[in-house]
Amino acid sequence: MSTPEHSAPLLRMAKRGEMLPAWKAWGIRVIALLLSLVVSGIVIVMVSGLNPAAVFATMFDGAVGTSKRAWVTVRDAMTLLCIAVGLAPAFKMRFWNIGAEGQILVGAIASAACMIYLKNLPTPVLLLVMICASLIAGGVWGFFPGLFKARWNTNETLFTLMMNYIAIQLTSYFVALWENPYGSNSVGVINSQNKQGWLPNLFSSGFNKDFGWNVIIVLTVTVLMYLYMNKSKHGYEIAVIGDSENTARYAGIRVNRAYVRTIILSGAICGLAGFVAVSGASHTISTSTAGGRGFTAIIVAWLAQFNSVVMVIFSFLLVFLQKGAQAIASAYNLSQEVSEMITGIILFFLLGSEFFVNYTVHFNGRRGQR
Amino acid sequence: MITQDQLLALINSAIAFGTVIMLGAIGEILIEKAGNLNLGIPGIMYLGGIGGMIAAFYYELRGGQSPVTGLILSLICSMLFAALGGLIYAFLTITLRANQNVTGLTLTIFGGGVANFFGASLNTLAGGVGQISVPITSSAYIAYTKLGYIGTLGKLLFAHGFMAYLAIVLAIAMRYFLNRTRTGLNLRAVGENPGTADAAGINVTKYKYLSITVGAAIAGLGGLFYTMDYIKGTWANDGTIEGLGWLAVALVIFATWKPINAIWGSYLFGFVYWAYLYIPGLSRRTLELFKMLPYLITLIVLIIVSLRKKRENQPPASLGLSYFREER
Repeated sequence: MSTPEHSAPLLRMAKRGEMLPAWKAWGIRVIALLLSLVVSGIVIVMVSGLNPAAVFATMFDGAVGTSKRAWVTVRDAMTLLCIAVGLAPAFKMRFWNIGAEGQILVGAIASAACMIYLKNLPTPVLLLVMICASLIAGGVWGFFPGLFKARWNTNETLFTLMMNYIAIQLTSYFVALWENPYGSNSVGVINSQNKQGWLPNLFSSGFNKDFGWNVIIVLTVTVLMYLYMNKSKHGYEIAVIGDSENTARYAGIRVNRAYVRTIILSGAICGLAGFVAVSGASHTISTSTAGGRGFTAIIVAWLAQFNSVVMVIFSFLLVFLQKGAQAIASAYNLSQEVSEMITGIILFFLLGSEFFVNYTVHFNGRRGQR
Repeated sequence: MITQDQLLALINSAIAFGTVIMLGAIGEILIEKAGNLNLGIPGIMYLGGIGGMIAAFYYELRGGQSPVTGLILSLICSMLFAALGGLIYAFLTITLRANQNVTGLTLTIFGGGVANFFGASLNTLAGGVGQISVPITSSAYIAYTKLGYIGTLGKLLFAHGFMAYLAIVLAIAMRYFLNRTRTGLNLRAVGENPGTADAAGINVTKYKYLSITVGAAIAGLGGLFYTMDYIKGTWANDGTIEGLGWLAVALVIFATWKPINAIWGSYLFGFVYWAYLYIPGLSRRTLELFKMLPYLITLIVLIIVSLRKKRENQPPASLGLSYFREER
């Protein structure tokens, strides 16, 4: 009875011999995305008993329904994109920088410090000083795990994780130091009178706040990073190290130096995201200034496979979904956390879809017996 | 100097705090020993916490009066929720070979979302009074014997809910399992070198799945202890569990993957965490710097371990890597 065919497993998986054409790979990802939306829709309908069409209409309205809401969506997408762009080079060389939260926070602290102590500088000078300060702060925060990884192979995932919490406590310290009004345990809006150190409006001078400068800064960084990763010697080294550290060593790439250099760059751009968040968005600082975006951005960078253009799309997608879910929550009296639940579901599906991009599944059904 | 009573209070809060992260760390040790770096522990602890909360809440909402029934229901439901979270992670990382770090982070986002969403929804169900509470079930978790009232020693050793002792028992059992049983040795072989383990006839996929689901169920107990004992059967959407979850991940490093070290390590973390209350003359600012200590200590341990390169203190060799037989 038991022929070898019978003992073969029902499912057999194999790595695809050649890469799928891009349209097929993206087709799989889009299908996964649609499936995840269906599942999230079912979950929302189950917990709220609402009509799914009405739910999606509310989502749309909440994310881009008015120009103000659309700008907020753009603003948050840009901050997320900036972090993802910063993380991409580190992750591409398989340096697990999960310390973006901390790097954002120290960048934010540096920016806020400049706003508070240097408010007498003329605005353009002040903004430049803030940008430099946030870049340096983030870079320093990245330097330590990079150095230890390069010299002693200290686990960078755990190192950067701890640096997050050190940064959070540091933020609490500065919040207590700068609190305003006294006893509120929050910094309040910094320079609310004369708006020193605030990124100005780009398009309009009216009451409506636009975030044009956020877009310009972040897109500039994105383009520069694209060029750095794809057209420069450093970018090439990063790609080689990411594929195989030994190959890189053999080819004469100074791996340790590349590690430290790349993680400083990565941390610096995350620090810049802290500047964008403080100067361009909230004009204050708290321990939730990073707000988990350092982790979400990892997933953005990873799913986009470090492709800058795709990162723009994913950043918008995620922020759109979050804003939409928050709109559902407030419209139907649900908790705001529904957005994190939905984000989680969608990301699970997208992560799972990568398998079907890289592997084929053979069914050993009747055909196997023939 | 601090008085004896203060010291006693400090040690007791250190033990309570330590129990939360010890349970999380023991679960994570089991998972990491099979070669999976699960950064979803905070999410899993969230799921464990809300699972127990939901069970207890519905039990008491329907008029349940028995603390013991509430305890059993919440315990089962908590482990079930946490194990399901672990199963999602296991399916994605083992069967679909997704990246472990990214999947774990997603699980943390998802678990926190689910827990806080249902936490807030339960509140609405309860009439939106601001805080939900399950006093009957919680009383079973908090209760301790008369020994806990007698003398300093009694107050020190016996004045804890049963889960504080369960955590220690689990840690010792975990050490025995990993070092003294064949299954435990096989599991460590999977974590060190899955290719070799596979060649020796060990079912790598099965070991990984089981270690992750069971480890997640144990880690979920940390969340359950937090909601039922530490904050006395209430729920608050304040993100504390996430912070504790990351501390549990840190504790695994601090303990250099040894369950026994996790016992005293967790109490030490708790001691350092709460010590600021008893240091006179700390301003609110310096207090925040003081709270940095557990993380700084972990960082220093991490660095020392990597400097000394002692073999028995290293992470499992294949930690964080997916295993695919055809890619050996």
